[in-house]
Amino acid sequence: MTVDMSQFYQVFFEEVAEHLNSMESLLLGLDVNAPSIDDLNAIFRAAHSIKGGAGTFGFNDMTSVTHVLETLLDKLRKEELALRSEMIDAFLEAGDVLKAQLDAHQNGGDVDEAIITAVCEKLEALSASQDTSAKPKKAKKKSQPAAATTAAICHHIEFTPDADAVLDNLFAELSNLGQLEIVENGADKSPPRWRLNLSSSASESELRETFAFFAQPDQVIFGPANLKLEEDDGYGFFTDVANPTEAANAAVEDEGFGFFTDIEPPPSEPAGFERSPGRRAADNPVADSVKMGRRDSDKVAVSPQSPDATTIRVNTDKVDLLINLVGELVITQAMLAQTSAHIDPVLHENLLNGMAQLERNTRDLQESVMSIRMMPISFVFSRFPRVVRDLASKLNKQIELKTVGEGTELDKGLIEKLADPLTHLVRNSLDHGIEMPDVRLAAGKDAKGTITLRAFHQGSNIVIEVSDNGAGLNRAKILSKAKERGLPVHDGMPDQEVWQLIFAPGFSTADVVTDVSGRGVGMDVVKRNIQEMGGQVEIRSESGHGSTIAIRLPLTLAILDGMSIAVGGQIFIIPLTFISESLQPRIEDIKSISGQGTVVQVRGAYLPLVALHKVFGIPKAISEPERGILVLLEADGKKVALFVDELVGQHQVVLKSLEANFRKVPHVSGATIMGDGRVAMILDVASLVRINQDLAMERQCA
Amino acid sequence: MAKTILAVDDSTSIRQMVSFTLKGAGYDVVEAVDGQDGLDKAKSKTINLVLTDQNMPKMDGLTLIKSLRGLPQYKTTPILMLTTEAGDDMKAKGKAAGATGLLVKPFDPQKLLDVVKKVIG
Repeated sequence: MTVDMSQFYQVFFEEVAEHLNSMESLLLGLDVNAPSIDDLNAIFRAAHSIKGGAGTFGFNDMTSVTHVLETLLDKLRKEELALRSEMIDAFLEAGDVLKAQLDAHQNGGDVDEAIITAVCEKLEALSASQDTSAKPKKAKKKSQPAAATTAAICHHIEFTPDADAVLDNLFAELSNLGQLEIVENGADKSPPRWRLNLSSSASESELRETFAFFAQPDQVIFGPANLKLEEDDGYGFFTDVANPTEAANAAVEDEGFGFFTDIEPPPSEPAGFERSPGRRAADNPVADSVKMGRRDSDKVAVSPQSPDATTIRVNTDKVDLLINLVGELVITQAMLAQTSAHIDPVLHENLLNGMAQLERNTRDLQESVMSIRMMPISFVFSRFPRVVRDLASKLNKQIELKTVGEGTELDKGLIEKLADPLTHLVRNSLDHGIEMPDVRLAAGKDAKGTITLRAFHQGSNIVIEVSDNGAGLNRAKILSKAKERGLPVHDGMPDQEVWQLIFAPGFSTADVVTDVSGRGVGMDVVKRNIQEMGGQVEIRSESGHGSTIAIRLPLTLAILDGMSIAVGGQIFIIPLTFISESLQPRIEDIKSISGQGTVVQVRGAYLPLVALHKVFGIPKAISEPERGILVLLEADGKKVALFVDELVGQHQVVLKSLEANFRKVPHVSGATIMGDGRVAMILDVASLVRINQDLAMERQCA
Repeated sequence: MAKTILAVDDSTSIRQMVSFTLKGAGYDVVEAVDGQDGLDKAKSKTINLVLTDQNMPKMDGLTLIKSLRGLPQYKTTPILMLTTEAGDDMKAKGKAAGATGLLVKPFDPQKLLDVVKKVIG
């Protein structure tokens, strides 16, 4: 029978990724001076599991890396070697190589052989170093089995005990003397007749003494003893099945008690799977600590031993389909609710009760389905201890990373997209925010800087903050750089607007471009990424006390709170997060600036006025602003007043992609189906806010 | 009636592979994710053969074997260890715990089937 192994690859890949993640977080948590044996055991087991799976599924490149990794880890957990910080570095590097190999298997591609070799050599060198105490043990271990085999005599014993004899103790004692095989199991036979092979250095007379407790001397017949070597083949016991010929010869007849045979394992083992020379017999305390390590590792959030019994792995496509269907259901329910609003409540009481219940159930269903896609943000946060550790040592800074609210949940799609922007922000904090230790000390601060990652819910948003207690943003420097670049700035700008300058494309205040940051690519990308997710970026900074960059995201991508507005009889949706207020302007507040469009004065500030009917060319719309409504929108730190006919209402809308179903339309980010079945466009606020700028730019160029 | 095999392994991929292979050969397979789970399932079902990993959370393979051997209905049921640790000490420990045999990981499905067929037919 042939089994297509590739069907198990995906599960294996997921397992390896989990193992690697938990390995990394455990490694980063290790105290070099007093490593926890439990943690070392847990790390060892992660490597061990990867090795086992990789071997089984034929990923031999991973097997060989995990093998050297495991060898060194084994020495550490058995305390044959003391942990050193370069070992942790080497382990982390090996983890990276394994990740790269995993990625290569998953997505195609190659891993640089030189890197693999380098890591393996590094691990091997560490494994061999300082090994003097361990060597005698190794040598002893190596010679032991050899001595045992040569000196051992194979006794062939025929044994017919009394039918009621209890033999468990006998077998235990014989096992202690040497390697016991049961050739013929007599337990079920009458009279019971056993045939045993025992390879042991004990003499025949010693064995007779052992049997004497359990049987009469004449019940035990010793066959001609011989030196135990190859004859064991073919006696019906399990051998180390790694050797195919022995496996083929193995035939098990005894279902009675079931013992091992102890044929020496064959000298050759499967490729890439050679046994660690450093492994020695684990004594019981170690075995106990192994178990303790297990328990300990169970507490790790992304532990490799995730509780399979209570979770199932489901393809995200299925979940997305489910969410989509529930979205349709929500729309249908809204449609029914709207239709039934005109029904006489006295005549149709039951129908309306049913409608109310349907609404409740739909809402509950929607909430629980959405929660399926929710994942704790620790999935992103967990990568940062490593990032901070590597960068801090590269920059010679002392930095502590704190994470708060790791359990805060948000949509899986958002989690995946958050990783890059957050990494960028953390690197920026490390490089630009936190000062060198001597500078910090001179400023009266702790030499060790702190970077805090914090996540929390706020209304229907999730807020993720990256804050540091470093120097804070340098207002003067940002302004001078902005002037250099010809950006429209002046010294009296409020802080908030100054901070927003760092999001300008190509903006960098770094005097020296390092490979860490300072190239000026990034912050604009960060901002764009966050906006694509429907989120916003805010900056708070205090000179000398550090800065905080807050990312505000909707909880989910699939549903948003929207305000529906009408223009010329058409309905549009504005995501609620962008609306700061709505007002009806007085005619004297509207001013036209020659060649620059219209502005409106709101509490002393002039905002550009964008008429939606002009943007989309909608006929029959109200054209005098004072007869309509202005919705003040804020995005990218800019404000505009959007002129619409009227506000219709506020509701949750299910997002449908316009691009996927139609094509990209300027100033529209998506569509939704309204309660009455009509399609409404969702406005792209970020692009509406830019509209005036673009127009102004065109005019300037013209 | 098809023989029932209990497959105990914390690695989902290995467990699925073992299970798929054995089911393809006509055996009934009960899966368990660790020693404790395996013990619970062994108590509630009639098992003809136990295949167990050694390194598992909650309860390791050796403890599972010892626990099973302590149950009257599992005194004689064949138990095979599937482990990467092919060392003599692991064999000795397996033997002492009451295992019938040991299959070294990595193994291919055919090897597994050969061995299983030898044990329970």
